[in-house]
Amino acid sequence: MVTAKNILARALEAAATVTDPEIPALTVADLGVLRGAELVDGTVEILITPTYSGCPAMHVIALDIETALAAAGIAKVRVREVLSPAWTTDWLTDAGREKLAATGIAPPPRAASRRALFGAADIACPRCGSVATEMLAEVVSTACKSLHRCRTCREPFDAFKCHR
Amino acid sequence: MPSTSIFVDEIPLVRFCLGRADDALVLGHRLSEWSGKAPTLEEELALANIGLDLIGQARALYTYAGGLTGHSEDELAYLRDERGYRNLLLVEQPNGDFAVTIVRQFFYSAFADPFWRAMMGSRAATLAAIAAKAEKEISYHLRHASEWLIRLGDGTEESHRRAQDAVDRLFPFTGEMFGCDDGEESLVAAGVAINPEIIRPVWDATLAEILAHAALTRPRDGWMQTGGRAGVHSEHLGHLLAELQYLQRSYPGAKW
Repeated sequence: MVTAKNILARALEAAATVTDPEIPALTVADLGVLRGAELVDGTVEILITPTYSGCPAMHVIALDIETALAAAGIAKVRVREVLSPAWTTDWLTDAGREKLAATGIAPPPRAASRRALFGAADIACPRCGSVATEMLAEVVSTACKSLHRCRTCREPFDAFKCHR
Repeated sequence: MPSTSIFVDEIPLVRFCLGRADDALVLGHRLSEWSGKAPTLEEELALANIGLDLIGQARALYTYAGGLTGHSEDELAYLRDERGYRNLLLVEQPNGDFAVTIVRQFFYSAFADPFWRAMMGSRAATLAAIAAKAEKEISYHLRHASEWLIRLGDGTEESHRRAQDAVDRLFPFTGEMFGCDDGEESLVAAGVAINPEIIRPVWDATLAEILAHAALTRPRDGWMQTGGRAGVHSEHLGHLLAELQYLQRSYPGAKW
């Protein structure tokens, strides 16, 4: 029997497979962006939290969620943005942090001071693990990442910025 | 969507939201004008992304105000005339040289960062949620502008001169940020808004710290420019809106 509960479970399972268009290694579930599903008058509402107010990826993510649910046989879908509580990089799951590191992107530091001028917290090189790294550029291919160089293995790498 | 101008029934809460939304939209638009001609590629991306954050904040505020007035976010942005815009005069000032852009961003962010942090306690749940997002983003904008201001002020003779000129030119536009009209007073009394005066000590401390690092001098507090919140703007806003609104005015309801 198809119950509301298992429609929502299926919907969430399908939505959880959608990846971030800018960081395809991560799913919306890894990012902590996927907040839940509700059934409203026969329409499945998927609740997502925007990362940054103006993040251009959010529109694509919403569209991809609708497509993923349609592929799972759920046609009446609406994606709704929930602002509160505000997303922070602390919501990245442990699995998400591991996937980031595996693709060569250093995960966001957990305890950086966001007010320190010219200061980047010690960011470990995702290749060799050394913390002898330096920042080369604070804004790179996407607003949520910065570019660094490892002084031990000499490799450049991206790091996911702390946002909290 | 119609192409003719709309006039919004501005109860105090709507007027308050439009003011903050217009600040964010106009400043975000100004930053977008650097696209394709910023001094370096990294800075091009940084300014564009800060602009995006601000336009995102504006959208959230317009959507909220739209829910109270029956207008869509697009109608509020594209169909209000210059006199209906409630933004600060500071944010509509032209980009000038890079120092002017950075000083304008620094002044705005040094105010908006503690402003939104205080607004997180608003009794209007949506405003508190928008404030929580805006505060995180603007704390980064403030750091970005502060670092540049220190580099420019404490840099070469020319960069110092340009930075000090920008500080002197834009400082008279900062007094308007602390205004609170009767309508806003009623929101403050209801716990929905804050009186910006309460964050003046934070603003003063930020200016003292960063200007000292930057070897720049804070102008004396004196006569301040006002008018933006009442819709009386400098000559620059009309030109900006002509560009911002052109498409929807000429092709009403056009969609991507």
